[in-house]
Amino acid sequence: MTLALTLFTVVCVSLGALFFLAGTLGLLRFPDTLTRLHALTNADNLGLGLVLLGLLPQVAWPLGALKLIAVWLLALLAGATVGQLLGAAARPVPGNPGEPADGPTP
Amino acid sequence: MNMALAADAFLALLILGLAIWTIAASQTYGAVVGFVAYGLLVALVWVRLGSVDVAMTEAALGSGLTGLLLLGAAAHLAPLEAAERQARPGPWLRLLVGALCVAVTAVLAAVVLSLPEPAPTLAPAVAEHLATLGVQNPVTGVLLGYRAIDTLLETVVLVPALVAVWSLATDPAWGGRPASPGPRDPGSALTLLAQVLPPVGILVGIHLLWIGADAPGGKFQGAVVLAAMWVLVLVAGLRRPPALAGRPLRWLIVLGALVFIAIGLSGVWLAGAFLAYPEGLAKPLILAIEILLTPSLAVILGLLLLGPAVTDRGSGT
Repeated sequence: MTLALTLFTVVCVSLGALFFLAGTLGLLRFPDTLTRLHALTNADNLGLGLVLLGLLPQVAWPLGALKLIAVWLLALLAGATVGQLLGAAARPVPGNPGEPADGPTP
Repeated sequence: MNMALAADAFLALLILGLAIWTIAASQTYGAVVGFVAYGLLVALVWVRLGSVDVAMTEAALGSGLTGLLLLGAAAHLAPLEAAERQARPGPWLRLLVGALCVAVTAVLAAVVLSLPEPAPTLAPAVAEHLATLGVQNPVTGVLLGYRAIDTLLETVVLVPALVAVWSLATDPAWGGRPASPGPRDPGSALTLLAQVLPPVGILVGIHLLWIGADAPGGKFQGAVVLAAMWVLVLVAGLRRPPALAGRPLRWLIVLGALVFIAIGLSGVWLAGAFLAYPEGLAKPLILAIEILLTPSLAVILGLLLLGPAVTDRGSGT
């Protein structure tokens, strides 16, 4: 049973790390702000979710586990909000497609 | 063990690279972003060193709050930046500055390398007498027991810092409201966040304050979280910044410092020294200081972010 739980942790955390790696690659390689945001929020939501899911069997139930879940929910909320705000700031100006309205250029 | 060492070495290299990048960045905005990331990595280092208290303070104050202040400064400086780059100092002056910086670094490195090994420490003595203070977190014990004078000064200094920021206001605006930090846009995602997050954040802030007696946490960390929730509500435009002339607001600002000083002075009379706690009363007095300092710190940190008043005193009510 312990071995199965350890295996579950290793698989989930590795998958989560893979999502972070893919998200970072997307952040570096994707062509514009909106697609980069897409890569970043995917890494946050799924990557962090999988890492925390993998850690759940390793912490004390219920307080430790609930804290981990709360961390994930708060990260989801913050990530979604920041994604919306950055997306709105970088929305292409009407009549000038492809150019972000403002915001830092890399 | 070797894996951990490799991770630490990677972290150290990352911080060094980021520090160089921050200094070398040509744009102020980019340098500030680099500085914030640098602070978060330094917080990770403190976690690796086992100093979770310092890590939380570094992440919240050193990186978060200072980063926000620097971002505001960068936004104010942006129009001047192009002209500033024209007036770049000559090569000799830059060389001199570089040489002086290298000299300071070399002296610091020499001092660090010449420290005695093992370092002289009072930690065992502190651990032995921690029980008399009634707190289990040694950091809180040292900060409010043995080095209370340092803590007093570092909390009181925030009041003159706030007065200095307020003094940047024009004469007619003195006592008025600071500029609203964000645009009012009721439909934005920020509005939702500012409605959903504060109950959770306030709970976390109070939890951090309360748990500071026994585990990493305390007034500064809790106050930063509370201040962040307040500023979030202001940035989302759900509330207006307060008028700085308000009597209750000003009392709240000095409350923590006044209580700290009053308890310190009562120590002269009751226990024979400034900031000495009478026998058996250490824990309640430390609790009183921590609990009453927290709202003061939260308000001061929030007001530092808001900056000086801009509206006329009469108009903003």
